[in-house]
Amino acid sequence: MRWLLAKDLRILRRSPLLVTLLVLYPLVVALLVGVALSSGPSKPKVAFANLVPPDQAQINLGGQQLDATSYASRLFENVDPIRVDSREAAIAKVESGEALGALVIPEDVIDKLQNRLSLGGGEAPTVEVYFSADNPLKRRYVEATIAATLADANKALSDEIFKEAAGYLNLIVAGGSIDLPVVGDVDILGLRNAQTIIDGALAQMPEDDPSRRPLEQVSRFAQLAAENLDVSKPILESIATPVAVDERPLGGTDSSLDVFGVEVAVVLSLMVVTLLLAAGMLALEREEHAFGRLVRGLVSRSGLLAEKIGLAALCGGALAVIMLAVLSAFLDLGWDRVPAWVLALAVAALAFAALGVAIGALTREVRAASLLAFMLALPVAALALIPSGAVSGGLYDLIRIVSGIFPFKPALTALDGALSGGDLLLPLVHLAALTLGFAVLARIALRRFT
Amino acid sequence: MTAPETALRAESLVKEYGARRALQGVSFDAAPGELIAVIGPNGAGKTTLLQILAGALDATSGAVSLDRREVGWVPQQPAIYSKLSVSENLRLFARLEKVADVDDTVDRMLDQTGLRDRAGDPVGTLSGGNQQRVNIAVGLLGDPRVLLLDEPSSSLDPRQRERLWEFVATLAREDSTTVVYTTHNVAEAERHADRLLVLADGELLFTGTPAELEQATGEHEALDFEGAFVRFLRERGH
Repeated sequence: MRWLLAKDLRILRRSPLLVTLLVLYPLVVALLVGVALSSGPSKPKVAFANLVPPDQAQINLGGQQLDATSYASRLFENVDPIRVDSREAAIAKVESGEALGALVIPEDVIDKLQNRLSLGGGEAPTVEVYFSADNPLKRRYVEATIAATLADANKALSDEIFKEAAGYLNLIVAGGSIDLPVVGDVDILGLRNAQTIIDGALAQMPEDDPSRRPLEQVSRFAQLAAENLDVSKPILESIATPVAVDERPLGGTDSSLDVFGVEVAVVLSLMVVTLLLAAGMLALEREEHAFGRLVRGLVSRSGLLAEKIGLAALCGGALAVIMLAVLSAFLDLGWDRVPAWVLALAVAALAFAALGVAIGALTREVRAASLLAFMLALPVAALALIPSGAVSGGLYDLIRIVSGIFPFKPALTALDGALSGGDLLLPLVHLAALTLGFAVLARIALRRFT
Repeated sequence: MTAPETALRAESLVKEYGARRALQGVSFDAAPGELIAVIGPNGAGKTTLLQILAGALDATSGAVSLDRREVGWVPQQPAIYSKLSVSENLRLFARLEKVADVDDTVDRMLDQTGLRDRAGDPVGTLSGGNQQRVNIAVGLLGDPRVLLLDEPSSSLDPRQRERLWEFVATLAREDSTTVVYTTHNVAEAERHADRLLVLADGELLFTGTPAELEQATGEHEALDFEGAFVRFLRERGH
């Protein structure tokens, strides 16, 4: 047994590529996860611009002065704010990827809130939320984060409003004094007192004695009670969401999450199939000992690479188009943009195939090529789906560079552009550059292929 | 009187792998129809020499007179596709060689190799000997002036070996094809070569007929050809 073990260890030691992959892979994945967990912000970064002048941050609620900034602080319990002075600066933070989104409190928000709470009606106070919708996953993440954040602030505000509304209801039931705009102080009898008076009057009054005063009191109470209950309605309505949100995506995609899921599935399938095919077919030439025979005048090395890239791209691209066609039976993917689909998938397939032949040329063995293709594909896809603002700025920059080196992210962007009618040119140029780069790498690696 | 025609000329071939010299200035000529055996111990540079002659490997320095398209190369490991049938392999390489009449050439090769009844079988299902026959047939598809065979008989049984050498002798005799082959089987070289090239550590130690090699070792009646060859190497420090 121990000799077998020693033999296997010796074989492993003499397979440096395999051992390097086996050791490096978990290390790199663990490192990435560890760095993401440790250096990533525990709270998402959100740029925050409060455009309300400091001396106008007071809200009058039922005669009480409330400081709106005390409620604004609730906004930051679940996010890490980057405070800026202007709307433009907040938007810039989002566009640079430094912040997941931006929250802008417009100048008029206090006035609108005051109007609502003073029963004056009018528009609901609205805060502005900006985010770069790189993909629908990020859109969903931003929406959930902002919704949770505003829900906390709204809850704090609604607690105060509820107290005020409860005071009105108590006045109606028990009676007392209220300071109304224009009218001034008004005594409220209250329902219980009214009942007592009416019961007393009814007990003492002959059937035909028209004693008017108690009845006038009852009438007045009924009128005021009706008015108070009426004006309580907008207050109670505003308890649910005192402050509304105006979402403003900064470019990016407007694809639904379902369509985005289709895009990820198709590009992932395209990547796996094309990589494995290109890498395996090239490495097979060496395993069959045919490479030497082919390149001694029958086919040029570049020609051989072009053939493998073309074959893998054709198969992978065809598979991806078929997948999209089948999925379009379940989702509206827009058949009128089929030429754009095909173009995006074809160029993406070429880039994946070029990466595949580079892997095949570097590994030189079908099994090692397949293993490396799989090990590379999955983390690259995962990295490409991490949204800006979800990890620290430095790490996100690194992720962006890594994602830019491999074709998955530009392929996803291209397909999204093709399906949603967005920008297609830039990702296609990116993919073409990657195709060229990986083809050159493969050609260099072929020098030591025999 | 005209100088004898040369089918192949190798001039001062040197191949270096880093600090190691696999070939050290090897030069020789081969006449049309000549059968040349390259023999030597393991690591002598025999396969490297054939690969350079075939154009499958670039020499560090030196020159080969023939264009690689005029050379048929049969590597030691069958360089054919195991998932393709015998005829599919032949047809593929015939097309890549730009053979004029592909079907006729494939038919001829199936007859020459005696594999007509296995033409539709995947090469991966054939015995090692039959795979080697297909391998040689592919090397002959371009009707080359020079055929290079790297250890052609190593995977063949005695009967198949005999048929191979008969086939090679016919090529040399009737088609004037120059055949250069490597072998570990010294007796085979003695029987089936017009001339021997003895390589050791990348150095060409001897060029001549088998008889001349025996003479070079002196009179030792107790030694057969293989013994004489081993003695020859030992006397030269190999």
